[in-house]
Amino acid sequence: MKAKEKQHYWRQNMQVIGVLLSIWAIVSIGAGILFVEQLNAIHLGGLPLGFWMAQQGAIFVFVIIIFAYARIMDRIDAAHHATDDDEPEAPASDTE
Amino acid sequence: MTVEVWTFLFITLTFIVYLYIGWQSRVSESSGFYVAGQGVPAIANGAATAADWMSAASFISMAGLISFLGYDGSIYLLGWTGGYVLLALLLAPYLRKFGKYTVPDFVGDRYYSTTARIIAVICALFVSITYVAGQMRGVGIVFSRFLEVDVEVGVFIGMIIVAFFAVLGGMKGITWTQVAQYCVLIVAFLIPAIAISIKLTGWPVPQLGLVFSDIMPKLNQIQVDLGFSEYTQPFAHKSMLDMLFITIALMVGTAGLPHVIVRFYTVKNVRAARYSAGWALLFIAILYTTAPALATFARYNLIDSLHGKSIAEIHELDWATKWEATGLLGFDDKNGDGVIQMTNDTATSELAIDRDIIVLSTPEVAQLAPWVVALMAAGGLAAALSTAAGLLLVISSSIAHDIYFRLINPDADEKKRVLVGRIMVVAAVVVAGYFGVNPPGFVGEVVAFAFGLAAASFFPVILLGIFDRRANREGAIAGMIVGLGFTVFYIVGTTAQKIIPGVEEPFFGNWLFGISPQGIGTVGMMLNFAVSLVVSRLTPPPPAEVVAIIDSLRVPDHPGRAIILDEATE
Repeated sequence: MKAKEKQHYWRQNMQVIGVLLSIWAIVSIGAGILFVEQLNAIHLGGLPLGFWMAQQGAIFVFVIIIFAYARIMDRIDAAHHATDDDEPEAPASDTE
Repeated sequence: MTVEVWTFLFITLTFIVYLYIGWQSRVSESSGFYVAGQGVPAIANGAATAADWMSAASFISMAGLISFLGYDGSIYLLGWTGGYVLLALLLAPYLRKFGKYTVPDFVGDRYYSTTARIIAVICALFVSITYVAGQMRGVGIVFSRFLEVDVEVGVFIGMIIVAFFAVLGGMKGITWTQVAQYCVLIVAFLIPAIAISIKLTGWPVPQLGLVFSDIMPKLNQIQVDLGFSEYTQPFAHKSMLDMLFITIALMVGTAGLPHVIVRFYTVKNVRAARYSAGWALLFIAILYTTAPALATFARYNLIDSLHGKSIAEIHELDWATKWEATGLLGFDDKNGDGVIQMTNDTATSELAIDRDIIVLSTPEVAQLAPWVVALMAAGGLAAALSTAAGLLLVISSSIAHDIYFRLINPDADEKKRVLVGRIMVVAAVVVAGYFGVNPPGFVGEVVAFAFGLAAASFFPVILLGIFDRRANREGAIAGMIVGLGFTVFYIVGTTAQKIIPGVEEPFFGNWLFGISPQGIGTVGMMLNFAVSLVVSRLTPPPPAEVVAIIDSLRVPDHPGRAIILDEATE
């Protein structure tokens, strides 16, 4: 990868991280703590929504965020030929 | 068969499995010993990380803690899972690309400084020793409660088992044993939780039973009738600000714990590091979303079956009689009206419930067969042993790799490095065992220390090391000293009566906006960031070869080759 492409790759990475960490903060700190009282006015089954977010919902979202990051980076890596996986169709070449 | 026989059977059986795996994964070279040869598949590393992370406290005490705190118990749920998002997005892939053996390795190389490396080693040792003492104690308690042997004997047996697979197999042995231990602990946790969910809500999935049954409205009503606040009431025990700071400190501390970070050095490549963080959190989430449901069910069931009943009625319940005998459940008809009443004032409440009972009593409450109780014992042991093993390896590698190999004898050959690593594992096991038998009275309090220190030291230093190319030696050292200094000062000052012998009162209260010592790591982290950023910009930039390291960290190409070259030059 050339220097310019590296920069581009890193910028894309930072954008993905920025978006995903915003979601992370919104569901945990936002929905689970800061706005829990407002959300508790809404009910999910027998539970106030804010309580559910703090004890269940946020954790599910965390798992999704991490897998989403891995999948998105797979695609960005492939676009930049930065993949480091030694799959048969893309053997690790000796020339960079 | 009695519970004791079943317990003996399960524990012996699981120990044979662990020993067999330890023997199968024995290693002879240092990369195998410290980072499992960097060949662990993502999903296996995820399971190992989950077992490494979930300790006896997660397994036995967390649901009980939540059960008493209600909504405010969310600090542990959010804090101890949210950290994995930070780890997966901000730290793990880059540290894997860096590809060395330990966290102090990264700090020392990235900040081209022996001082920074030594500070990192001291932090890693302190955090890990603090943590491991509690684990060995947990091993001893499980043995003594379920098998009725002395705590000392239990700790001793636990030490031998951990030493065996850690000495023989190092990180490789620990990894594959942890995978087995995860399976044991999750099955042991889920079976009773599912049974009690079916019994109380009719739903076989506790997470669904919590939402789609009327158990929470009923529990809230009971709580209000007894003079408590509603179970779902936010900020009944802690202020919003305090909850915020504690949650962030636990998240950031989790991401900065050396025994968790080092697990991501063991996978094949950067891509595997990203996925294995996802698997780790998925495996952790299975327990962490079940625990709050269990906490709710158990609290409802305990109050519903005990409050307002006569002592004779209560003694008809087998489990109540059994747990009364252990002292974890207590009845005292203080006002002499022949009925047990629970109130929100411990002076008048006639019911005393130990928080550990929430998990431990579920099999009996749900009327499950004795072998399920035995399975819980094996699960608790798996949780404690797997965490202890991961911590012992960090302690051993801090001394054998970071101090001996890096600073004292860089010419040591492979054989010697592994030998020193093995000796250090034994030494660490002995230290941990000593603390397990003679626990310092403040084990509970020092866990706040472990997270606070990890949050105030490792997290900012590693994060800036990757994301700020201008971060330099001076900034990192100044940041760590200020962050750590402030955090230690505040925790010691506010909990002096518990930590320092002979001191009756804390030196000062929670003077900083009422933030409790558990949450102060967040402030320490912010100070570390601020000082590092400013000092780095006032002092000379890092040398060109360090900037080259940072640039290479950011691109995941061919890390396998980079490591081979690196090994050859060492």
